[in-house]
Amino acid sequence: MDFGFSEDQELLRDSARKFLDAECPTTFVRKMMEDDSAHATELWKKAAELGWMGILIPEENGGIGGSFLDLVVVMEEMGRSLMPGPFLATVLLGSAAVLAGGSDEQKDAILPKVAAGEWVMTLAQAEKSGRYDAGGIGMPATARGGDFVLSGEKLFVPDAHVADQMVVAARTGSPGAPEDGITLFLVDAKSPGVEITQLKTVDMTRRQCHVAFQDVALAGSQVIGEVGQGWPILKRVLNQATAGLCTEMVGTGQQALDMAVEYAKERVQFGKPIGSFQAVKHKCVDMMVQVENARSLTYYAAWTVDENVDEASQAVPMAKAYCSDMCKTVTSEAIQVHGGIGFTWEHDMHLFYRRGLASEAAFGSAPTHREVVAQTLDL
Amino acid sequence: MDFDYSPQEEMFRQELRSWLEANPADNYDADTFEIIDQEDRFQIKFDWQKKLHGAGWVGIHWPQEYGGRGATIMEQTIYQQEMARARAPGLANPLGISLVGPTLMHWGTEEQKERFVPKILSADELWCQGYSEPGSGSDLASLQTRAVDDGDDFVVNGQKVWTSFAHKADYCILVARTDPDAPKHKGLSYLLVDMHAPGVTVRPLVQISGDAEFNEVFFEDVRVPKAHLVGERNNGWQVAITTLMFERANFGMVYNLEPMLDKLKACVKDLEVNGQPAADDPEVRQQLAAFHVETQALKFNGYRQLTQQLRGNPPGPEGSISKLAGSELYIRMAHFAMELLGPYSQCALGETQGIDNGFWARRALGSRLYTIAGGTSEIMRNIVGERVLRLPKG
Ligand SMILES: Cc1cc2nc3c(=O)[nH]c(=O)nc-3n(C[C@H](O)[C@H](O)[C@H](O)COP(=O)(O)OP(=O)(O)OC[C@H]3O[C@@H](n4cnc5c(N)ncnc54)[C@H](O)[C@@H]3O)c2cc1C
Repeated sequence: MDFGFSEDQELLRDSARKFLDAECPTTFVRKMMEDDSAHATELWKKAAELGWMGILIPEENGGIGGSFLDLVVVMEEMGRSLMPGPFLATVLLGSAAVLAGGSDEQKDAILPKVAAGEWVMTLAQAEKSGRYDAGGIGMPATARGGDFVLSGEKLFVPDAHVADQMVVAARTGSPGAPEDGITLFLVDAKSPGVEITQLKTVDMTRRQCHVAFQDVALAGSQVIGEVGQGWPILKRVLNQATAGLCTEMVGTGQQALDMAVEYAKERVQFGKPIGSFQAVKHKCVDMMVQVENARSLTYYAAWTVDENVDEASQAVPMAKAYCSDMCKTVTSEAIQVHGGIGFTWEHDMHLFYRRGLASEAAFGSAPTHREVVAQTLDL
Repeated sequence: MDFDYSPQEEMFRQELRSWLEANPADNYDADTFEIIDQEDRFQIKFDWQKKLHGAGWVGIHWPQEYGGRGATIMEQTIYQQEMARARAPGLANPLGISLVGPTLMHWGTEEQKERFVPKILSADELWCQGYSEPGSGSDLASLQTRAVDDGDDFVVNGQKVWTSFAHKADYCILVARTDPDAPKHKGLSYLLVDMHAPGVTVRPLVQISGDAEFNEVFFEDVRVPKAHLVGERNNGWQVAITTLMFERANFGMVYNLEPMLDKLKACVKDLEVNGQPAADDPEVRQQLAAFHVETQALKFNGYRQLTQQLRGNPPGPEGSISKLAGSELYIRMAHFAMELLGPYSQCALGETQGIDNGFWARRALGSRLYTIAGGTSEIMRNIVGERVLRLPKG
């Protein structure tokens, strides 16, 4: 048994932390929060130089051919420093879909650009129903000869406003089972008929968009994988992205805990550090228990994804269900430990709480994932 | 014990309801109120208080001699119900009405009552509460702001923080140290300070939501007439505690929780969970029922406290129980909504794609107000443990 990261991965973690401490302090996060796009091209370029966008991309496509566990190490640090911008959307959604289901031509055309930091990508999946399962995909792509026409709306598309390419999940066949008849398309975000509107959300460090498609013409060559066979690809991508998001949440929760503990040691009331009061001490410990549980569930989920084993279909929902609760609770409790100052805009804790709320909202919230877990229990 | 509405009470309800229907708040739309600019919100509340006051509808539970109606517990309850039913806005002088007036009625001299109390209801003088300091929050009695005896005045120097509405306030209830050599609870005095006096500086602080409703307040050689000392010199802690008891008893959690629960029930009707109507989901049903039970319990706790007050007893530490339970429930309800709404939970206030215009994310973001302001949950537990349960001090 060896449930830990390798020495190389620990080195990668250290260097990621150093890089993000220098390049992405909370002053920068705040700047991005108020920015038009929350996408900092400087930071993006530097991260690409470190090879981060290409960790999952094979060397022959310009990446560094690393493992998902390598990426996980970096993403935990990103969560810790609340890295703004379209990293998750690009690496774990858009380009991951191409990687998982794209043709060699598509991979050659796209992945090197992603690895080099030239292209931003995303995935347009959720719709008005807010569902992340196959049944939530209803937008039609109507066949016209070998080509398609896309019309409808997508919601909560991360970072579409800065995306060059997006992967769009649409319905091409009348479904028997909801999983059937879903097709993934590669769509240029600047295509005529695509209209992207940013949403106002709690966490403006990572934008969500409404995307309207009006008679967007697509060539057959824009299909990823087979027509009507998109769901298995999408499901694998979602599983992996969800595990990645959980890792970020562990980092976010850990940092909120660290800040709360630090404050509890420094802040004096009644002549003692507040951390000496059991109410505060026990609260911090309860937070830590949650962070540690989340970490264990997440690392395990990440391993199942990395190995592409069957357990992933249970391990990932377990991690997301738990991390959603953990990140929201821990960041909220961390505000409590800070008292009045925690309730200010000026203090950073609300940035972590906001990220926690936004992460909970993505890829299905806790009840959805608990239901999936329940279904694996043979009840 | 009697929960029925008497014919007179029904008449009272009818009178208020008709009045509210005939006299809606100006420039006010309950659905968009939270989205509009902070200044506009203040103006609406201010105008609304004036309008209500003109018809005798502010502070109805206050005794008649102070401009109230001496409302009974049932009338007070009906008042809250009708205000909630009409979705009326809040008032511009909440701290004056629920904290300062009652404290002055209890501790103030006749001159102080005459001078200050009428203008509270009319909103001619707005109030803030200058208790917390950078180094003294939970440990309020350790506060450092000094008031030094100088002829007919005290001269005040020091800093307060988190002072809600100070940027709008005309007066402040200020707790300051008048005897630095006495034990910390024994050397404090309770002063009524003119916020427009020379030497008072107010700096707004932005809150987690982006609003700037609390402030830092600096006092530099501010002269406060001795006539504005409430209670005895160096006995300010007793007065301050009375105010805090009113604050905790009046935290009005139920009046926040009931409409929030109503809204949650309404939005569940349009939602789906795992492909089924949310209202059919057993977990959702259980959770909403549990919220309803807890909210009702809090409501009845409130009736019992109010009964105590109307019988002339100042609120006791039991108020801390409602504040504690209500504020923690508020967070659980907001957080439950967050998980229930799926991706919609993240929509911020004013996002038209969001459910209820982003109302829910705003509830979550603001939820820690109630567990921190007016004494934190941890302090509430200490108070109840030590003063009600008489457990030994830690
Ligand atoms: C929105 C808002 C509005 C406010 N408005 C006003 C106002 O109008 N006027 C005013 O005077 N103040 C106001 N306050 C201040 C509020 O009363 C204080 O924030 C509160 O009393 C806590 O004090 P603190 O912020 O210094 O936190 P601290 O006292 O430093 O507390 C930090 C943490 O330590 C815990 N803690 C401290 N002591 C103990 C103990 N003995 N046992 C266990 N745990 C402990 C607390 O519970 C908290 O979790 C407001 C605060 C907020 C958030």
